[in-house]
Amino acid sequence: MSQTLSEKDLKLLMEIAQLETIPQGAYNIRKNGEAAGRASSENIVIVQKEDKPGIDITIAAGTKNESVHIPVIITESGYTEMVYNEFFIGEGADVLIVAGCGIHNSSCDTAQHDGIHTFHVGKNARVKYVERHYGDGEGTGEKVMNPETVIYLDEGAYMELETTQIKGVDSTNRKTTVVCQAGAEVVINEKLFTHGVQHADSTMDIVLEGTDASGRIVSRSVARDESVQIFYPSITGKACCFGHVQCDSIIMDAAKIRSIPTVAAEHPEATLIHEAAIGKIAGEQIQKLMTLGLTQEEAEETILSGFMS
Amino acid sequence: MLTIENLCYTVRDGEETLGILQGVDLTVNKGDFIVVTGPNGGGKTTLAKAIMGLVDPTGGKITFRGEDITHMSITDRAKLGVSYGFQHPARFKGMKVKDLLALSSGKKKLSRDDCCLYLNKVGLCAGDYIDREIDASLSGGEVKRIEIASVLARGTDLMIFDEPEAGIDLWSFSRLTETFRALHATRESAIIVISHQERIIELADKVVLISGGKVTHSGTKEEILPFVFDRSAEGCEYDRKVARA
Repeated sequence: MSQTLSEKDLKLLMEIAQLETIPQGAYNIRKNGEAAGRASSENIVIVQKEDKPGIDITIAAGTKNESVHIPVIITESGYTEMVYNEFFIGEGADVLIVAGCGIHNSSCDTAQHDGIHTFHVGKNARVKYVERHYGDGEGTGEKVMNPETVIYLDEGAYMELETTQIKGVDSTNRKTTVVCQAGAEVVINEKLFTHGVQHADSTMDIVLEGTDASGRIVSRSVARDESVQIFYPSITGKACCFGHVQCDSIIMDAAKIRSIPTVAAEHPEATLIHEAAIGKIAGEQIQKLMTLGLTQEEAEETILSGFMS
Repeated sequence: MLTIENLCYTVRDGEETLGILQGVDLTVNKGDFIVVTGPNGGGKTTLAKAIMGLVDPTGGKITFRGEDITHMSITDRAKLGVSYGFQHPARFKGMKVKDLLALSSGKKKLSRDDCCLYLNKVGLCAGDYIDREIDASLSGGEVKRIEIASVLARGTDLMIFDEPEAGIDLWSFSRLTETFRALHATRESAIIVISHQERIIELADKVVLISGGKVTHSGTKEEILPFVFDRSAEGCEYDRKVARA
C-alpha cells in the first residue's frame, strides 16, 4: 500500500463502501488521485491505465461469488480529478462490484471527482454494481461529483445497479447509459437525497437493442430545503422488449424537482411503461405513525428513511 | 377508563355551520367491547378520530384514565394508551410490514415469531408478508389487515377500529371476528369498533347508534339490533313519505 489510511479515510470508506478495513479479494482504493492500496485476485486483475488516469479491471469468464471494491476518497482541499475505469467481465461470471466516492472537504476550495465507468459485460454474466456518493467536511468549499456509467450488456447478461447519493454532495451531474443485446436485462435502482442549496441532475438512457431485452429504472429521491433535482430517465425499445421507468420523489420545504421521463418505441413489439410521481409526505402517513407514538418529526424521518431504504 | 361529555365538532361550509358531532356522551370501562353503528355520515368516524386526536373537538370534554385529553396531541394520546385502526390505511413506499409491526410494538426489531403472532390474528401468513413493502403491490384487504395487526401489536388499554371489516374477504373476516372475540375475553383492553356487521355487533357489550351527530340509542345488542333492522327496512325519508301517501 502506497499510502496509509487515516481514521477520516476509513470513515469515508465506511460511508461509501461499508468497508471497515481493507477488503478481501480484489480491490483498488484511490485517494487524492493515487493508489492507496491495490490487489488483484486469481480471477480479477486490476491494472493501471497507461494512456489516462484510471484502471482496467478484467474478470475472468466463469468467475463466481467474488467481489471487487474500487472506492475513491478525496480529502485534499481543492483537489479535482477525472478518472476512467473500465471493466471487462467474462462470459458467465457472477460478481459484485462496489464503487463510490467520498469527499471530505475542510477548505473553501472546491473538491471534485469526475469519473467514467465503462462496463463490458459478457454473455450470460451477472453483475451487481453498487455505488454510493457521499460528502462531508466543515469547509465551505463545494463537494462536486459527476459520475458517468456506460454499460454494454451482451446476450443474456444481467446487471443490477444500485446507485445512491447519500448526502453532502453540493453538485452532481450523473449520466448512465446502457445498451442491452438480446435477452439482456438491466435494473437500475437510484436513490438520491439533496438538501441545502444542492443541485442534482440525473440522466439515464437505456437502449434495448436485442429481442427480449428488458430494462427497469426505479428512482426514488428526496429533496429538502432549497435543493433542486432534475431527472431525465429514458428507455428506447428497438426490438421485442420490455422497459419500465418508475420515478418517485418526495419534495419538502422550498425544494424543486423536475422529472422528464421518456419512453421511445422503435419496434411494434416493444412494451414500454413510465410512471412518475412527485409529492410531499402524505398527511395520513404522518398521522398513522403518530398514532403509534411517534412525534411529527420522528414520523417524517421514519417515512423518509423507509422511502430511501 | 374513557369518558366523553357533550362532545361537539362543527365545521364551516361557506356561510353555513355544520354540526358533525352535536353533544355526544359516552362512557367506556376497562374490558368493554363497544360497537358504534349508524348510517353513513352520522358522525361515527369523527367521534373515533376525536378520541385519537385526529380531529380537534370544538366543544365538550374527553377524559382518558382520569386525564383530560380533549386537546392533547395524537402522539401523547398514543403514549397514554390509545390506538387507532384507520378505515382507509396509509401505504408506505419502502416500509416493510415487519418495520411497521416493530414500530407499533415499540421495539426496534420484531422476531419472525412475533410478527407471525400478530399477522396470524388477521389471517395473514407471516412468511408471505413480513418482507413486503406496504405499497400499492398489496390489495386493499391486505393493507387493512396489516393495519389491524399494527393496532394489535400495540396492545394498548384502548383500541379503536374504524370499520375493520371493510374490504376484507369472508374467510378472513371470520378469523378477524374470532380475534376480536379472544381479545375481548381477556378483558385487558377496552375496544371500540365502528361497524355495520351483525357478527361484530354480536360481540358487543354495548351498541351505540349514532345518527345526525348524536347518540340516538344506546344499549345491549338485544335492545339495539331489532331497532337497527327496523330502521333499515323503513328506507329513506322519501320512501316513508311515498309509503304514507
